[in-house]
Amino acid sequence: MDNIKSLEENFQAKVDAEIKIEAKDWMPEKYRKTLIRQISQHAHSEIVGMLPEGNWITRAPNLRRKVALLAKVQDEAGHGLYLYSAAETLGAERDQLFQDLNSGKAKYSSIFNYPTLTWADIGAVGWLVDGAAIMNQVMLTRTSYGPYARAMVKICKEESFHQRQGYEIMLTLAKGTPEQKAMAQDALNRWWWPSLMMFGPSDKESTHSAQSMKWKIKRKSNDELRQQFVDISIPQAEFLGLTIPDKDLKWNEERGHYDFGAIDWEEFWNVVKGNGICNKARLKARNKAYNEGKWVREAAMAYAEKQSYIKHNQMSSNKATG
Amino acid sequence: MKNWPLWEVFIRSKNGLHHKHVGSLHATDEEMALQNARDVYTRRSEGVSIWVVESKHITASNPEESGELFEPAQDKVYRHPTFYELPNELEHI
Repeated sequence: MDNIKSLEENFQAKVDAEIKIEAKDWMPEKYRKTLIRQISQHAHSEIVGMLPEGNWITRAPNLRRKVALLAKVQDEAGHGLYLYSAAETLGAERDQLFQDLNSGKAKYSSIFNYPTLTWADIGAVGWLVDGAAIMNQVMLTRTSYGPYARAMVKICKEESFHQRQGYEIMLTLAKGTPEQKAMAQDALNRWWWPSLMMFGPSDKESTHSAQSMKWKIKRKSNDELRQQFVDISIPQAEFLGLTIPDKDLKWNEERGHYDFGAIDWEEFWNVVKGNGICNKARLKARNKAYNEGKWVREAAMAYAEKQSYIKHNQMSSNKATG
Repeated sequence: MKNWPLWEVFIRSKNGLHHKHVGSLHATDEEMALQNARDVYTRRSEGVSIWVVESKHITASNPEESGELFEPAQDKVYRHPTFYELPNELEHI
């Protein structure tokens, strides 16, 4: 008991001294579990996040937009892979993680349970959803667990193109015909509030926050990040000449921040619980891909085993004759 | 399903530099590991050369033995040039 206690104290001292925790270092079981949950949810979000955007690849308005969207979706796959690898350094099994996603046991970011109805949604997703994700991920480049922090550095480098391509789409539409501008406004109307919800429940309601802050897994609270996102997004919306769908939005001189309206947490929890517009479709698509790819995974493994068997036999027969 | 074997990926970012560990991935064999490493870790010209090693072949030091392994180097200041006291006016040494 004393032993565990001193291990925990040493661990916290390292964290406080900003020494990164690496895969083989001693860590409290709860730290490990929290990280596996958070990193795998993050990985699942990248993977499921490919679906709403993949929806528009074949209908991108021109080749420039199409190659950019393809590259972005390919990046999301890569980000999922970096993160699954980071979770595996903590002892998680890749296939188990897939199964937890497919069965609905594991969560992913609820934002991806909203549909991408028009091309402008691809703009709004890049600008707002990636923008909100970047805000969170920049904080996580300094998280206390080394492999997670390193994955975040790579991801952040790649994400900034995602947000810029999204904003460029919005800018083009906003400067286009009245119909195009209306389409951009409609996308902003639908994505604004779900984007604010991406930062998670308010600090008062957030169950994991205090411990995660102490362990420096997180370094800013949900509400701090959300405020930061609101503050930087408003001038960007003004530049587009679009209106943020919040009548309570107002600069607060005293706080040095924008005040914004109340978030509909009932909607948030409803989507988390599986009742969003696309929850069922997303899981169905993931299960279909997993199940239909099963024979490919098995065949590739069988082929590799056969090749290694042949190589092994050649080596032993060479030895026998040589 | 059985997981595909895990591989560690090392990339030389340009000639003249060491290969550096960048992460890991799953692949059935070394050829697939190389191809996947190309797609996962060098989409933006991050490398000119890739090594892949199946993770099980890596032997790592144990963090609990870091004391025995690394502390003996800490009190050997005489291995550093600044340990030797020479007059300031001396040049090129």
